[in-house]
Amino acid sequence: MKAQHQYGRQTWKFANDVRVQGSAVAVGPLEGEGPLGAEFDHIYPDMYAGQASWEKAERYMMYQAVQTAVKKSNLLESEIDIVLAGDLLNQTISSNFTASQLNIPLLGMFGACSTSMETLSVGSALVDAGYASYVVATCSSHNCTAEKQFRYPTEYGGQKPDYAQWTVTGAGAVVVGRGGSGPCITHATIGKVVDMGIKDPFDMGSAMAPAAADTLSTHFHDTDRLPSDYDIIVTGDLGKVGYAILKDEMRGLSFDMTPVYNDCGLMIYGPDQQVFSGGSGCASSAVVTYSYIMNRLRDGSIKRALICATGALFSPVSYQQGESIPCIAHAVALEAKEE
Amino acid sequence: MASSVNTRKQNRLAKAQKEYSERAAKYKPKPPYLTNIVKAFLVGGAICAFGQLVSDFYIRVFGFTKETAGNPTVATLIFLAVLFTGLGIYDKLGQFAGAGSAVPVTGFANSMSSAAIEHRAEGLVLGVGGNMFKLAGGVIVYGVVAALVVSLIKWIIIKV
Repeated sequence: MKAQHQYGRQTWKFANDVRVQGSAVAVGPLEGEGPLGAEFDHIYPDMYAGQASWEKAERYMMYQAVQTAVKKSNLLESEIDIVLAGDLLNQTISSNFTASQLNIPLLGMFGACSTSMETLSVGSALVDAGYASYVVATCSSHNCTAEKQFRYPTEYGGQKPDYAQWTVTGAGAVVVGRGGSGPCITHATIGKVVDMGIKDPFDMGSAMAPAAADTLSTHFHDTDRLPSDYDIIVTGDLGKVGYAILKDEMRGLSFDMTPVYNDCGLMIYGPDQQVFSGGSGCASSAVVTYSYIMNRLRDGSIKRALICATGALFSPVSYQQGESIPCIAHAVALEAKEE
Repeated sequence: MASSVNTRKQNRLAKAQKEYSERAAKYKPKPPYLTNIVKAFLVGGAICAFGQLVSDFYIRVFGFTKETAGNPTVATLIFLAVLFTGLGIYDKLGQFAGAGSAVPVTGFANSMSSAAIEHRAEGLVLGVGGNMFKLAGGVIVYGVVAALVVSLIKWIIIKV
C-alpha cells in the first residue's frame, strides 16, 4: 500500500506549498571565471579562500553559502530548525565542522555528488510534513581536498585521461520553508543504487549515467510526465562522456531528452577551461542549481526544472580492491508559481 | 532453491553489466597513443639531454670524473624538479608529457615533493614524513626487489 504522499515507490509529491526561500553559492577561482560567474554570490580568488588549509577553505565556503542563503531569505539563524549537510571528505568533516559554527541542529548526509538533491529532498519532506518550519540544505566539494582523498597530490605530474573530470570547488545552500514567492519544490524521486560494473575511477560519467537514467525514467513514469514537460532538465556531473551516454540510454527507454537536457558539469566551465570531460563533485549540481537555475525560476524564464544529482558511491579502498563503482541519482522537480 | 534464484539474478546482472560496458566504451575518448608517445619521447629526451649537459658541466668546470659527476648531476635535477613542483609547473608538464616526465629521476622527485607539499597541513612528522613515500614507496620497494633478483641471477651465472 502506498503512503499518503507517495507517488509510486520512489517519488514523493509535496502536498503543501513547499518553497525555496533563498539560496546562495560560494565558489573557487576557476568556477568564478566560468560562464556562470556573474550568478555566484561569493567568488574566492584562490583555492585557500584566505584559510590555512584546503579543508578549512571548503568548510569556509559552505559556511558563507549557508549564512548568505539565510540572509537572502530574510531569516535569522535561530529561525532555521535543521541543517541537512553533506560533502565528499571522510566522515563528512566539512559539514560537521561548518555546523559546529552554526547554532542549528544538524543531520549529516552522504550521497557522494548526489548529496545536493538528497539534502533538498529530505529537507523539503521535513518541511512538508511539518517537522520543521525552515530547513537549510547544503553541500560542498573542493578540487584539492577531493584529489587528496581520492587520487594523487595536486602537484603530482600524472597524466589524466580526457574522460577524467574536474572536481568543482564551491558550496551551495538553500533555505526551504512553506509559502513565500520563491520556486516551488513539487516532487522528489529517490534513486536506487545502480552498479553497471564500471571500475575505472576516472570514468565516472560512464559509471553514473545508468543511475541517472534509472532515476529519470522512474520520475517520468511515476509523475506521468515527459522530458518535454520541463523547460530544463539537468544532471549533476556526468560530463561530456556521461551526457552523451545518458541521452542515448534515455532514447533507448523512449524518452527524448534532447531540447531540454544539460549537465551542470558542462554548464559551469567554458570550452576554453582545461577541465577534461567536465565538472564533478557535490558542488557541481549545487552551485548551478542554487544560482543559475534558481535565478531563472525566480525571473520566470524557466517555469519547470528537474535536477537529477548523480553520485559515485566509491572510496579509494573500494576501487583499489578492484570493486566496481556503485552509483546513485536523486531528482527534485522545481516550479515557478504565483503566490 | 533460493540460491539458484540468486545465481540467476547474478547472471542476469553480469550480462547487463557486460552489455552496458560495451555500449559505454564507444563514448569514451581513446587516448591519443601516437601523440602521447611522441610527446613523451621529446620531453623525456630533453630532460635526459639536459642532464647530460649538467654532467658535462661538472666534469669540465669542477673537474669531476665521469663516474663521480653522477651524484651532483642527479642532485641538480632533483633540485630543479622539486622547485618546479613547488611552483606548480611540474604537474602541467606531466599532463602534457606523461611518461616523458614521470620516468626520469625528476618524476621520482616530483612524486615525493608533491606528496610532501600536499600533506604539510597534517604536520611535519605524520603529514610530510608519513606521506612523502606514498607514491614513491612502490617504486623503491619493487626497485630494490628487482635489483636483488637481477644481482642474484648475475651471481649465479658467474658462479656457474
